[in-house]
Amino acid sequence: MKMSESQKVKIKARNVTVHYGEARALHGIDLDLNANEVTALIGPSGCGKSTFLRCINRMNDVIDGCRVGGTVSIDEQNIYSDAVDVVELRARVGMVFQKPNPFPKSIYDNVAYGPRIHGMAPSRSELDHIVETSLKRAGLWDEVKDRLSASGTSLSGGQQQRLCIARAIAVNPDIVLMDEPCSALDPIATAVIEELMEELRRDYTIVIVTHSMQQAARISQRTAYFHLGDLVEHGQTQAIFTNPENQQTEAYISGKIG
Amino acid sequence: MSISFLFLCLLGLGAFSFLFGRRRIRGLTAMTGVKQHSRDVYHGSFVVICAVLLPLIILLAWSGLSPLLIDAMLEDFLRRQSPDLSIGEMGVLIAKVKAYFVGSLPEAFADELIRNGADYFAALVDYSTTARSFVVLLLSLCGAALGLRLLAPRFTARPAVERVFEIVMIVASAIAILTTIGIVLSLIFETLRFFDTVPVMEFLFGLSWSPQIAIREDQVGGSGSFGAIPLFAGTMMITFIAMLVAVPIGLMSAVYLSEYANPKLRGIAKPGIEILAGIPTVVYGFFAALMVAPFLRDSGAEIGLTLSSESALAAGLVMGIMIIPFISSLSDDVINAVPQTLRDGAAALGATQSETICQVVLPAALPGIVSAILLAMSRAIGETMIVVMAAGVAANLTANPFESVTTVTVQIVMLLVGDQEFDSAKTLAAFALGLVLFFITLLLNVLALYVVNRFKEQYD
Repeated sequence: MKMSESQKVKIKARNVTVHYGEARALHGIDLDLNANEVTALIGPSGCGKSTFLRCINRMNDVIDGCRVGGTVSIDEQNIYSDAVDVVELRARVGMVFQKPNPFPKSIYDNVAYGPRIHGMAPSRSELDHIVETSLKRAGLWDEVKDRLSASGTSLSGGQQQRLCIARAIAVNPDIVLMDEPCSALDPIATAVIEELMEELRRDYTIVIVTHSMQQAARISQRTAYFHLGDLVEHGQTQAIFTNPENQQTEAYISGKIG
Repeated sequence: MSISFLFLCLLGLGAFSFLFGRRRIRGLTAMTGVKQHSRDVYHGSFVVICAVLLPLIILLAWSGLSPLLIDAMLEDFLRRQSPDLSIGEMGVLIAKVKAYFVGSLPEAFADELIRNGADYFAALVDYSTTARSFVVLLLSLCGAALGLRLLAPRFTARPAVERVFEIVMIVASAIAILTTIGIVLSLIFETLRFFDTVPVMEFLFGLSWSPQIAIREDQVGGSGSFGAIPLFAGTMMITFIAMLVAVPIGLMSAVYLSEYANPKLRGIAKPGIEILAGIPTVVYGFFAALMVAPFLRDSGAEIGLTLSSESALAAGLVMGIMIIPFISSLSDDVINAVPQTLRDGAAALGATQSETICQVVLPAALPGIVSAILLAMSRAIGETMIVVMAAGVAANLTANPFESVTTVTVQIVMLLVGDQEFDSAKTLAAFALGLVLFFITLLLNVLALYVVNRFKEQYD
């Protein structure tokens, strides 16, 4: 795989292994993810792509019996070293989940939650500003600006997911992880979020897990194909989809397996 | 034929009906070759219902009503023999006749009238039992025959059986509801009688409670006073102290169990806490009276406080311990029901565990927690044993938790122990207090339901 000089490596994973109890979910993954790109992680269910995603913000820490080996570095800093505080790490690496999970609070409080716990906005007007810009960047502002005090759970599924994206970018992270963010949404809401990702790419590094080949092909610059806990192939999305090197990859993306 | 034997006969008939019904429908289907509408088991059940349901109802009704009828006939018989007995004497005579009939009245005490009555009574009972057996068994056989005749491959046995099951369920729930209504009605009627002697206003707002009614006219303090405010105040104070103990401890242990404890520890600790709910309240009561109250009195004396040996504080503290499991167990359940995705969402934003709990998990679980607290509160209000033993029975109107107070439930007990006429104001006051108590706990439960429904978030 060739990499042009202009692209900066943001996340560097080396020999990452994950065990759930006795079962090994990832067998030594080496993968570089570039800044300001969308990287899609694809593969059949249970292949370890979500597990790998959750290694990047150490969300696996909260699962009982889960052990992570190897190193994941963000900007050359190993996030699994003792010097790294998980709370700070997660403020830098935002995450959007498969199912929209707005807090049972108002729309405003949902977005303001992160800035509040990190003390990012000392005054109310600054907080208002953060909430407004985050909602605007998530493409939700026009729909909710008149009812910011309504409950976040009262929104539609697509709106809830954009609210969760606004909530994630409100803390101004470097990286946004998305775990099948559109799997619970209809095609129109999906299109809105895909457009949004293209927008967000300018400021953030985006890693997305998806089951939709078309989605991976549409939105990502790079694609990594996982199978049974191994990274089978990765590279430019166009190359992977038009001319995959590995037979397994070809079988999967052409719909023969998976 | 005794009722239990008759019952067994019905059961046997039912079992046979099932087997016959099933065999008959199989035979009919094989013979005609028509596809059956319902499965064999429904045809069998249908015949069972035909054979058993109506006879069972008649059996129960007969057993309930025939003693009343027999008593009335016996009274009529005795009245004809000796027309000038008073109602009281007649009652005694009937009791004697029945005693003689079962053999518990010695021969020497029985006169001609009693012997005649007993013979008549025996004849009636005998006649009634024979007729009952005959009617029930005949009906059962006829029912089974009718049911069997109705069977046919296209006969819709399944809907009929389902319908009967539904009716049985409706009857079961109706019994529960009707019982409640009956209790409330009897409370209301007796309370109204109480308010004939004591004005409502005096009862609800009077400040003095001393329900001593004179047995003789000239006794001291004969009139009694029925101002229930001291009781309400005492109830409120003890409940308040109990909640002060139970809410923080219960809530924090619930949070610990559901959010921090590992599954193994949780598996031990949760049943451990729930054991508290299994301790009989009378044990709590003497624990409060014999251990906690003296301890409080002595340690109060150390720092110069005067505590009476029966104090609201002791009762409240122990009651608080008692209701911890209600709060912790229910809250633990609702906290566990908060979706893990919310915790993940907060964690992914960089929230610490305590921030996640206080700002996301607890607010989401709040309706359930509030209803847990309200349920625990109605439990505390209705608690009696601990208060009788630890807080005393003196109706003091005081805001000092170190003094002895009493509660509504304790006074109900005090009113009803000992000998008094059933229709004295003292006895009736218990119904009035019971009604008030009922309304308070009803209000709390309704409030709990309202809170849960109003503020419940829909997670799918």
